[in-house]
Amino acid sequence: MTLADTRSPLLRISSLTKRFGGFTALRNVSVDIRPGERFGLIGPNGSGKTTLINCISGAFRTEPGTILFGDEDITPLQPHVRTRRGIARSFQIPRPFRSMTVAENLMVALDFAAHEHVSVGERRDTMMSILEQMGLGSKANVPATQLSQVELRKMELARAMATHPKLLISDEAMAGLSGSEVDEVLDLLLSFASCNITIIMIEHIMQAVMRFSERVMCLDAGTIIAIGTPSEVMADQRVQEAYLGT
Amino acid sequence: MTRNGIAFWTGAAVFLAAVFAMTQLVGNQYPFFAGYVILQFVALAVAWSILGGYAGYVNFGTSAFFGVGVYASVFLVNAFGAPLPVQILTGAAIGALMGFALGLLTLRMQGIFFSIATIALTIIIETTITNWRYVGGAAGIQIQRPAVTAPFDNYVQMLFFVQALLVVLAVAISRYIQNSWIGRGLQALRDDELAAECTGVPTLRLKLLACVISGALMCAVGAPSAMYLQYADPAGAFNLNYSVSTLAMSLIGGTAHWSGPIVGAILLGTTQQLLTVTISSEVNVLVLGVMLVLFVVGAPEGIIGLIRKLRGKGKEGEA
Amino acid sequence: MFSLDLLLDAVVIGVLLGCFYGAVSLGLSVSFGLLDVPHVAHPAFLVLASYAVSFLNEQYAVDPLVAGLLITPVFFVLGLATYRLYYETFERRGSDAGVRGIAFFFGVAFIIEVLIILQFGVDQRSVTADYVGKAWRLGDIRIPYRLLVAFAVATGLTILLTLYLSRTFMGRAIRAVAQDQEALRLMGTNPVRIKQWAFGIATAVLGIAGALLVIVAPVDPTLDRAYIGRTFCVVVMAGLGSMSGTLVAAVILGVAESIVLTLFGASWAPAISFAMLLGVLAVRPQGLFGRR
Repeated sequence: MTLADTRSPLLRISSLTKRFGGFTALRNVSVDIRPGERFGLIGPNGSGKTTLINCISGAFRTEPGTILFGDEDITPLQPHVRTRRGIARSFQIPRPFRSMTVAENLMVALDFAAHEHVSVGERRDTMMSILEQMGLGSKANVPATQLSQVELRKMELARAMATHPKLLISDEAMAGLSGSEVDEVLDLLLSFASCNITIIMIEHIMQAVMRFSERVMCLDAGTIIAIGTPSEVMADQRVQEAYLGT
Repeated sequence: MTRNGIAFWTGAAVFLAAVFAMTQLVGNQYPFFAGYVILQFVALAVAWSILGGYAGYVNFGTSAFFGVGVYASVFLVNAFGAPLPVQILTGAAIGALMGFALGLLTLRMQGIFFSIATIALTIIIETTITNWRYVGGAAGIQIQRPAVTAPFDNYVQMLFFVQALLVVLAVAISRYIQNSWIGRGLQALRDDELAAECTGVPTLRLKLLACVISGALMCAVGAPSAMYLQYADPAGAFNLNYSVSTLAMSLIGGTAHWSGPIVGAILLGTTQQLLTVTISSEVNVLVLGVMLVLFVVGAPEGIIGLIRKLRGKGKEGEA
Repeated sequence: MFSLDLLLDAVVIGVLLGCFYGAVSLGLSVSFGLLDVPHVAHPAFLVLASYAVSFLNEQYAVDPLVAGLLITPVFFVLGLATYRLYYETFERRGSDAGVRGIAFFFGVAFIIEVLIILQFGVDQRSVTADYVGKAWRLGDIRIPYRLLVAFAVATGLTILLTLYLSRTFMGRAIRAVAQDQEALRLMGTNPVRIKQWAFGIATAVLGIAGALLVIVAPVDPTLDRAYIGRTFCVVVMAGLGSMSGTLVAAVILGVAESIVLTLFGASWAPAISFAMLLGVLAVRPQGLFGRR
């Protein structure tokens, strides 16, 4: 670790292991994420990145291993409780609520994950301001199924942001987008980060990871093979091997 | 109360008043016999769509809940001579418990697996009742109606009114759910359960709630049926026709709005009554099946969806 | 009361019955197990085949097995058409296909049931052949020939289908489409056409299975309801799409039914397959010999 950090971590993952039958998807993973950090997560396909996300967000049960969020052990909590505690995520393949409009998609988050009791009017205002910020203001009443790929990605991030997260996990939010669209989404993530939201970004587009991250971790076959500043990780022998397959 | 709310409750009051007036004024018994069955299907379809429509869990087990309601009454009458309200409330309580069990199943099974499991429950319960001598076994059992209470002068008229009350109760609950956070949560989990969880929706709790409410209503609707027919047998009470009718009525009416199942049930229920009288009950089921298939293939949003399309996309009706 | 002879008898009959259950479940093992089509109407198609066989047998004195073979092309085409309709209306639309797809097949099952009633009435139907009604004595055990015939044909059918799926190009393509559609598309093959073909095969097999059904016992129009439990129990227990697993699971079901029948009587029989199905779903949804 390059920076000496005196503050306690926002997310502390300790010796996490995840098995599917006989297959070990994650092996003894431990990492601390600091509050406000921009954290990049890379690794070849099938290296366990999405599995790790699923463990953090609660879609998978983990055992053994613990996950601390703030001071709380969230390992036994269901996903929706974790969302209410402040962990939000997007999905690698977008999963919108298909029967709803963009606005309704966000309202689900505001209805169920809002921390205090706020009036419906205030929630609508919050929803619109998030949509405006994402550049989706004009799409509020459009059915989610009619969005373009980049709009869908943005809506997923908007929905995640509507839950008021402390930690946002973006799972390949830029996959399949054009160059200018990648920049757009990256700028959005950076603007979230500037609002003091901790972000874990999974991405295959190396340029984006390099530009975004303060720290990068590389997984291969379920284990951490490198962690450090982007340039340190890129220079790592094992990371290059994992990517080039030599 | 909102304007819509006032309109709804006024409508409900007018409906009940009309039903009551009918029991006092109409002498011919046939309208009550036929009307009872139609109202019964309205209540079943509305109850079914709370789980099947809002939450998207296709329950083939309507007949299980209905049959258990029937046999709860049979048992209560046989053992204690319990009055009708007690039968209905007991039915609702047992239905709620069954619903809870069904809700737990959703933890492990979704889609077709859940649906098949509900058929399995139906057959298992039916077989158990068939082997239970006390309530008549496979041969069935006759039930004596008690004397009718004023202001009704005929038992079927009273049952007709009671069923109308159940309809209003079911519709009011369904409407409340649709317009509340419960409805939005159910809609979210129907679209995508994992995404809903990760957006803060307590999916299991909502599914359990939907199952309990839906189950309690279906059982409550079944309870008076023993008194209506004055007879119960397992093959009749657990007949899968209840399941397919309920499902068809809900889907044909449309499950996106609480009024859909009502429209579907009234339309198909009335058609069924006419067909049963004029042609045969087989043709009846055939019409139902063909309509169901035609609608799921050709008009997936049901009649409600067709109406919405006709009115154009501009107006977004909220109720 | 309980005796070893009785038990042995029940087990032998159960094994034979089980192989027969395997044969009637093979089609579902392909359509539901491999293709993920929620084919609740599978047992209704099965009973329809039985009526067709019974009709040919009564009217033209065709041997039931030959009749079963004769109707397979018709059922093949029926399967192609059914899948096409299902694909166009549900799979391709994607969203919310689940609810309506299930309702669709449920509706189709009821339509078939009623059409049979309207055409043939509610009475039971059976077939006449040399092997129906006679029995073979093996010591104290009495084995009806019709069960032996069903057993032999069922086993043959299972082996044939297993070979087809593992040895032929089309069979391997069907297995591949179940696992990874995208890969197949990249190879330049159209997964929809393969699935349609597979569904056709699955339905064609029902022609012979239907013949076995009516050979084993008389059929009535609502018999499909009991077979929803049996066929889905077998396919789910086997682990979706496993052919050899199907046979093993079917034998387990057959023996269980036969033993319960002997010990507790026929009135409990309908619940056994459903109870086993529920148990497997609750405890081990991936089946006992699972693919997933």
